[in-house]
Amino acid sequence: MEYKTNSKYPISHIIGFFLSLLLTFAAVFVALEAQLSFTIVMWIIGSLAVLQAGLQLFMFMHVTEGEDGKTNIINMAYSAFVAIVIVAGSVWVLTSGHAAH
Amino acid sequence: MDIKWNEILITGDPLILGSQIAIVLTVIAIVGGLTYFKKWGWLWREWLTTVDHKKIGIMYILSGVLMFFRGGIDGLLMKAQTARPEMNFLDAQHYNEIFTTHGVIMILFMAMPFLIGLMNVVVPLQIGARDVAFPQLNALSFWLFFSGAMLFNISFVVGGSPDAGWTSYFPLAGKEFSPGVGNNYYAIALQIAGLGTLMTGINFIVTILKMRTKGMTLIKMPMFTWTTLITSIIIVAAFPIFTVALALMTFDRLYGTHFFTLSSGGSDMLWANLFWLWGHPEVYIVILPAFGIFSEVIATFSRKSLFGYKSMVVSIVGIALLSLLVWVHHFFTMDAGPAVNSVFSITTMLIAVPTGVKIFNWLFTMRKGRIKFTTAMLWALGFIPNFVIGGVTGVMLGMAAADYQYHNTLFLVAHFHYVLIPGVVFAVFAGLYYWWPKMFGFMLNEKLGKYHFWLFVIGFNITFMPMFFLGLQGAVRRAYTYSAESGFAPLFLVSAIGSIILALGFAVFCYNIYWSFRYAKRNVSSDPWDARTLEWATASPVQFYNFAVLPEVKEIDAFWHMKKRNSGLVLKEEEIQEIHMPSNSGLPFYMAVVFGITGFFLVFEWHMAAAVAAIGIVIGLIIRSFDYDDGYHVPVEEIKNIESKWRKVEGGVKHHVG
Ligand code: HEM
Ligand SMILES: [Cu+2]
Repeated sequence: MEYKTNSKYPISHIIGFFLSLLLTFAAVFVALEAQLSFTIVMWIIGSLAVLQAGLQLFMFMHVTEGEDGKTNIINMAYSAFVAIVIVAGSVWVLTSGHAAH
Repeated sequence: MDIKWNEILITGDPLILGSQIAIVLTVIAIVGGLTYFKKWGWLWREWLTTVDHKKIGIMYILSGVLMFFRGGIDGLLMKAQTARPEMNFLDAQHYNEIFTTHGVIMILFMAMPFLIGLMNVVVPLQIGARDVAFPQLNALSFWLFFSGAMLFNISFVVGGSPDAGWTSYFPLAGKEFSPGVGNNYYAIALQIAGLGTLMTGINFIVTILKMRTKGMTLIKMPMFTWTTLITSIIIVAAFPIFTVALALMTFDRLYGTHFFTLSSGGSDMLWANLFWLWGHPEVYIVILPAFGIFSEVIATFSRKSLFGYKSMVVSIVGIALLSLLVWVHHFFTMDAGPAVNSVFSITTMLIAVPTGVKIFNWLFTMRKGRIKFTTAMLWALGFIPNFVIGGVTGVMLGMAAADYQYHNTLFLVAHFHYVLIPGVVFAVFAGLYYWWPKMFGFMLNEKLGKYHFWLFVIGFNITFMPMFFLGLQGAVRRAYTYSAESGFAPLFLVSAIGSIILALGFAVFCYNIYWSFRYAKRNVSSDPWDARTLEWATASPVQFYNFAVLPEVKEIDAFWHMKKRNSGLVLKEEEIQEIHMPSNSGLPFYMAVVFGITGFFLVFEWHMAAAVAAIGIVIGLIIRSFDYDDGYHVPVEEIKNIESKWRKVEGGVKHHVG
């Protein structure tokens, strides 16, 4: 696979690395130092994790680059769609109306 | 482990005794025949170990024919039982088992292998490839499917059939209410077959995305290849849901968990929900390739390119997305409330839009075409009005409020047969008549084909049309009998008579296969229909490497334009190069055997035996990971030889310009 980096200096890797560090330390701080309730902590560190996963996909794993860039994006969008339909859909259907009582 | 031998073989029912004897005799005949004609080596080399997509396709199709026979007999038995009120031909339990096996076999072991078989034969040829992306995985797909299908099929003579419907709803399907081994067969056999299907999906996505020949961009692909691609994507999205649901069912039944039970906090409707999350996409998995077949057949025999190609593609993609958003229409009556039911009503009715677009595209393709009424084309023409009846009644059922009336009646049964039989079975027949010369080098008899068509279509309508009216009068589905006072008797009788005509049609088809094998003319050209796509650019039957030199594509209907321009048809000897082909392997067959044995032990809940047999599976995986065989090369001389034979006989394909 060929990458679209023009400069020899891997600038996006470095930015990605520092951003990842930042997000990780933020999560550690929220979990250990901030005095928040358990649920809020879980929500915050969960969101930070998703954010970091997305960041790494673009900065390190080059999802958008190479000949499969478009396929990868469609692939991930479709997977997200399927997962949301299955999980959110099931929860919605099974907890609504008479079915749930 | 205490084995109750007397419960393993089913005894006491004359029908089943008859089948047991028939099975034993058939097995003896096959084994005896193979030994007498010294065909074991041939069978092993040419078929059981093959990784050739065309042969795998043929094996899928053969399984489809067999399973249609089995499922059809089930259907006829049910029609016989309900022909008159209060009949005692089948008892309630037996009727339950038969509609269950009928439904499962028709959808998973008849429709699926027929379509996957045609996909296997045709798609690599249509995209100008030498095989699928992972040939050995393809063989494994087939053998796992076959293993699951056989395991499921022996249930009625060994241990007892599943009897909770093809939907296998809880709580009925749970251990509490169905303690026998029958429903274990459902959970385990479908799991094994489903693994094979999932691998097929992955294989075809990769094949179509990665192995198209030079110049064939996505929007130059033939329509059947498009539908196969989208179908494969739906398979990969939907089958894992079924895998998980079946695994949870297995845990519930074998290991006492409570995912779907009524007691201990289980949720029975969670099963229905997961089942249909897979089940509805599944019906699109079987209908989309069928749409692709009709597109090819209609374009070829109207002698025009497909009308509205791009809108066809958009419709398929639209159907694929919507197919994941409608599953609740199968249980509106669970009553998840007005919000849920309204949303799913609307998504359901929306599917009629892209489907309608496709129907009009087919009609416009035929408009002003020089239509040739071949048997394949007749099936495509018959499909349109019959499928529209299925579609319109589907929209009726899709209205949640109205569905409370139709639900669980024979109206529903008539509806889905009007969708599945024209949509899938007609398509498969169209595809078989159309591609038969490509597969075998001779045609099916057109005259017999027409008898087959008319008997089948008329029989089909006489069988299922009355069921709409029975359903509206209140006849429920899955009921083994009815009283004389109900007034249902005349329509049920008509329906039963129809099913005999239907069966006669199928018999003519089987006879046609036999007749054509013996007597049909062998020297048909490689392009007998004057067709449009690349599979017709090579020999019939296709040589094992498909194309001596991979064709180059410039536009849609590539082969048609090659013929028009008279370019690219003649093979230049100096362009021939060595061809790299994959080697045969016995491993997929071995895996089918060990999976089958493990599955069988699990069905009977002999856990230690199953664990031991499962070691065989692990051994297979280990052998595979140390397999460094990367195929062999076909020398140029051999290719020249093979090519000169078919090209000489016909004097080249260029004689068929339309
Ligand atoms: C060959 C001719 C066929 C006949 C005579 C036939 C007849 C029947 C009958 C009588 C029933 C049960 C009605 C009841 O609920 O009492 C039934 C159910 C069913 N059929 Fe067919 N059928 C045929 C073909 C097919 C095909 C081709 C498919 C699918 C591709 C199919 C799929 C099903 C399914 C899924 C059920 C529901 C099973 C259940 O209730 O669990 N049938 N059929
Ligand atoms: Cu549905």
